[in-house]
Amino acid sequence: MTDQVSMLIVDDEPSVRDSLMHWFLPEGYRVDTADGAMQALDKMRDSNFDIVLLDIKMPGMDGIELQQRLREIDGQLAIIIMTAYASVDTAIQALKQGAYDYITKPVDPDDLSRLVRNAVEQRRLLRENLSLKEEIQSLISTDEIVGDSPQVREIIKLISTVAQTDVTVMIQGPSGTGKELVARAIHFNSRRRFFPLITINCGALTDTLVESDLFGHEKGAFTGAQYRRKGKLELADKGAIFFDEIGNIGLKTQMDLLRVIETKRFTRLGGNQVVNVDFRIISATNRNLEDAVKDGTFREDLYYRLNVFNIQLPSLKERASDIPLLADHFVRKFGAAMNKPFTGVDLGTMEWLKQQPWPGNVRELQNAIERAVVVGKPPLITLGDLPCPVDWRAPSISEDVLPLAEVEKRHIQLALEKTRGNVSLAAQLLDVDRATVYNKIKKYSLNY
Amino acid sequence: MILLLTFEFPGEIERLRSQLETRFRTEVNVSRCELDCRAFFNLDRSQFSSSAIIERLENGLTPQDASKVLAVTGLDLFIPVLTFVFGEARLNGRCAVVSSYRLDNSFYGLPDNPAILEERLLKEAVHELGHTFGLLHCQNPECVMKSSTYVEEIDFKSSGFCGRCLEKLAKL
Repeated sequence: MTDQVSMLIVDDEPSVRDSLMHWFLPEGYRVDTADGAMQALDKMRDSNFDIVLLDIKMPGMDGIELQQRLREIDGQLAIIIMTAYASVDTAIQALKQGAYDYITKPVDPDDLSRLVRNAVEQRRLLRENLSLKEEIQSLISTDEIVGDSPQVREIIKLISTVAQTDVTVMIQGPSGTGKELVARAIHFNSRRRFFPLITINCGALTDTLVESDLFGHEKGAFTGAQYRRKGKLELADKGAIFFDEIGNIGLKTQMDLLRVIETKRFTRLGGNQVVNVDFRIISATNRNLEDAVKDGTFREDLYYRLNVFNIQLPSLKERASDIPLLADHFVRKFGAAMNKPFTGVDLGTMEWLKQQPWPGNVRELQNAIERAVVVGKPPLITLGDLPCPVDWRAPSISEDVLPLAEVEKRHIQLALEKTRGNVSLAAQLLDVDRATVYNKIKKYSLNY
Repeated sequence: MILLLTFEFPGEIERLRSQLETRFRTEVNVSRCELDCRAFFNLDRSQFSSSAIIERLENGLTPQDASKVLAVTGLDLFIPVLTFVFGEARLNGRCAVVSSYRLDNSFYGLPDNPAILEERLLKEAVHELGHTFGLLHCQNPECVMKSSTYVEEIDFKSSGFCGRCLEKLAKL
C-alpha cells in the first residue's frame, strides 16, 4: 500500500511500546517502535514516518529534546507527546516546539484514535499543500514569456527584480503585448504567490457597479442583497490586485480607489465595520496616462500612486526577432491542445510572419497560429493555413500602370484587411487620421 | 479449531460458542481455566493488563491443537496508555482476549439487559478473532470489524462481516 500511514512509538517502557503497537496494527498502520532517543533517531534516518508517539520522560535524552532532533530530520513530522505526568509547563513547551498534540497517560481509546486520525489528516493536507505549491511554481513562471530579444530579456530582469518587493507596478504597452501575462509573472514570483491574484477589468467598471463589486456589501445594503458579500478588494487580501485597463475608469471610481490605495481600508456597502486589507497593486493600460492626466481625464495623484515602478512592453514589431520563437511556441501549444503533431512553421511562411506589422501584437500572432493549427495539416504550418486574404500574401506583380485613385483604394483596402477592419489601427498604419480613413471608405464604397 | 478459554467469567458461554461456530464455520470448543490473575493486576489502576494475559496465553497456557484461542473474561482490561480496552488481539496471531466487564449495562448504571450483553460480547469476540485471522479495522459502519471505542458503537454495528472482509477472510 503506497499511502500506508507509518508510525513510530518511542517509549522506554516495553509494555507501553508493545501494547500501543498491537493497538495500532489493526488500523492498517505500519508501526515500528524505539526504546529511546538513540534508536528513534536511527530509525528516523533509515525510514520515513508520518507520526511519532513520543514519551516525554525517558532516561538520557527526554522527549522534548528528542522532538527537536526529529524535527531537524523531518520538519513535517506529526509528533504526539505522551506523558504520565500531567504538567502544563511541559505541554506548553512541547506544543511551542511544534508538537501536534499532547496526551496524559492513560488516555481514553476514542480520544487517542481521533487524535491520531486528525494528525494523519493534517500531515496529508500538509503534503498536498506542498505539492500544490510546487505545481503552482511550475505552472506559472517567467518561462511563459517567450522571446530572446534584448527587450524581452530586460522585461524578465525587471519582473524578477520587482517581484521580490511589494512595490506598486504599472505595466504599459499596446493591446496584445502581454500585460496580464507580465502581471501574473510578477505575482507568481512574489512572496504573495500562494494568495489570490484578483483581476479587475476596469473597462467593465461603471461608477454605479464599482462600489458593490470592489468593496462588497452587507446583508440588506440594497434590495436583493440577501447575504453579506465580500468585494474584490477583500478577496485579494494578502495577495495582489490587478487593475487591467486602468486608464478606462471614471473619475468617481478613481477617487474611491485613491482612498483605498492610500489607507488599505474601507467599509462594505451598507456597513460601518472597517475592513483592513493587505494587497499589492499591479495595473496595466494601453493608454498614455500622462496625456490623460494633462487633459484632466485621469487624476494626477492616482497616476503617481500607481506608477511607482513602470514596465513598458514593446509592440511585436519592435521585437520582430522574437516572432520565430513565439510562432513555434504557439504551434507547439495549440498542437498539443488539439492533439495535432505539428513540428513548426515552414521556412517561407516564417519569413512572411516576420515581415508582417502585426498591429494586434502577440495576441494577433497567437490567434493566427491557433487558426492555422485548426485548419492546417501536420507537420508544418504553411502560408495557406494562415487567416489572411490571398492577395495580401502574394500580391500579383503587374506591369500595368493603375490610376492613382485605384492604387489609393487598393492600399486603403489592404490596410483595413490587415487590421480586420479596425479603422483606428488602419489609420495608424497609413499615418493619417481616422476621419481620413472614414472619408476614403465612403469615397471608394469600401465594405467597412 | 477455535478454543474459548474462560476465566473469571460469570456468564453463560454456550450460546457464544455456537454462534462463533456458525460465523467462522469451524469447530469451537470451550475450556474453563483457573488462572492466577494477580500476575495481570495493576494495583494503581485496579485493572488487568490485556497484553500480559495474551502473553501468558501465547507462552504455553493453551493446547497446541487450537488454531486460535480467545480468552473470555469478566475482568476490567487495560493497556498502559489507554484507560480501558474491550479486548485485544494479535494481528495474524493465535491469541486474543475479550472482556464482558464494560459491555454490561450495569457498568453504566443502567438496568441489566442480558440480551444486549450477549450481543455485544459476540460482536467483540468476532472482532478480536477477526484480527487473529489478519483482518484490519473496516470503515464500513455496520461491519463487525469497525473499530469501536464505546458500547454505543458496538450496538450500531452488526455481528457479521461486510462483503469485503468476508472476501478477505475466505482468501486467508
